[in-house]
Amino acid sequence: MSPRQASLPLLSLENVAVIRGNRLVLRDLTVTARAGDVIWIRGANGCGKSTLLRLVAGLLTVTSGSVRAEGRIALADENLALDANLTVEAALKFWADMDGAFTTEQSTALANMDLQALASIPVRFLSTGQRKRASIARVLASKADIWLLDEPYNGLDSANCARLDQAITDHAASSGIVLVAAHQPPSINVAQSLVLDSKGSAA
Amino acid sequence: MRVFVALVAREVRLAWTGGGLWLPVVFYLAVATLFPFVTGPDKALLARTGGGILWIAALLATLLPIERLILPDRQSGVLDQLALRGWSDELVATAKIMGQIVAFALPLLLATVVGSALIGLPEAQLGTLLLGLAMALPALSGLSVMIAALTAGLSGASALGGLLLVPITIPLLIFGAGSLSEDPGNALQLLAATSLAITALSPFAAGAALRAGRV
Repeated sequence: MSPRQASLPLLSLENVAVIRGNRLVLRDLTVTARAGDVIWIRGANGCGKSTLLRLVAGLLTVTSGSVRAEGRIALADENLALDANLTVEAALKFWADMDGAFTTEQSTALANMDLQALASIPVRFLSTGQRKRASIARVLASKADIWLLDEPYNGLDSANCARLDQAITDHAASSGIVLVAAHQPPSINVAQSLVLDSKGSAA
Repeated sequence: MRVFVALVAREVRLAWTGGGLWLPVVFYLAVATLFPFVTGPDKALLARTGGGILWIAALLATLLPIERLILPDRQSGVLDQLALRGWSDELVATAKIMGQIVAFALPLLLATVVGSALIGLPEAQLGTLLLGLAMALPALSGLSVMIAALTAGLSGASALGGLLLVPITIPLLIFGAGSLSEDPGNALQLLAATSLAITALSPFAAGAALRAGRV
């Protein structure tokens, strides 16, 4: 039985503060996300959006406060994490295998981000937007409950922005949680819009 | 277990495609080729010193793959993605060390057969040399991953890597070269013990370095 069936995903941050490189990046942050929530994290450059996502992903530790995440997590940030010499399909398959995804789920993820035509092209030849789509496809195929997307709309054309909107909406509809960090206002229905100010607390 | 094998296989594939496999072998054989030019065709001298030179070449070849072991994976986010999936840094380091054993240690061991022929090592010594290197190369693989994790992202990582490697490998070199003497028994036992200790500790040191490097 997968964790998804066993229990609904939950994400809760309480009074979180993070110090990174001698700088207080986040402070007094309390966020709760339940199954089906899409949280849109906004704020100026350097206000701590990516730090918040890395924190939820467990890649950073809190200086004070607590982070609780129930459910598997997938992250798409500015790092592609796909081997440059492999084809798009093979590079995505590496992670899909690691996540225990089936071939059908991989091809669905490829199709949802319109990557079938690029499947046999080595990752190093992809353009900025194509790379972004590949990293989103990695999240789609991961079967994770909680998606963390860092500036996922960067470099995407309008057709692919719509595809991403659809994927986020579908994931939320199937009891997933999505955290989107983006500087522009949300284009889809979101449960919460979290705006971080320059001091890293919720404005 | 299956995903662990997949990660080791990825290391081997990266070494194969990224030149990390051939570079140490070519370096190692180049030393074996050049050494007789320095000493001249004195068979007795070559037989006496050749094994030691191959030991030094093997130790220095350890440094060659260091830059591509950890840094590319950190920069491309692969290490983050593994940590995200609950992989401990020690386990990631272990997979990388296993990958090095396959993609660095085994080719070097095979190259030793060629190298010793180039130097003209007596057959009796070849067996001891192969045995000694087979014991030491897992430790060298562990050290290369550990040093790669410690120096990833630092400027002058290669030079620093050399400084870190040389003191730690001195015991391996002493016992390894010592085993080439008439009675190799004691030296081989000490070599095995030293190598085992380094191999066993290196995943933890490398794992700690990976964790410290994640910001």
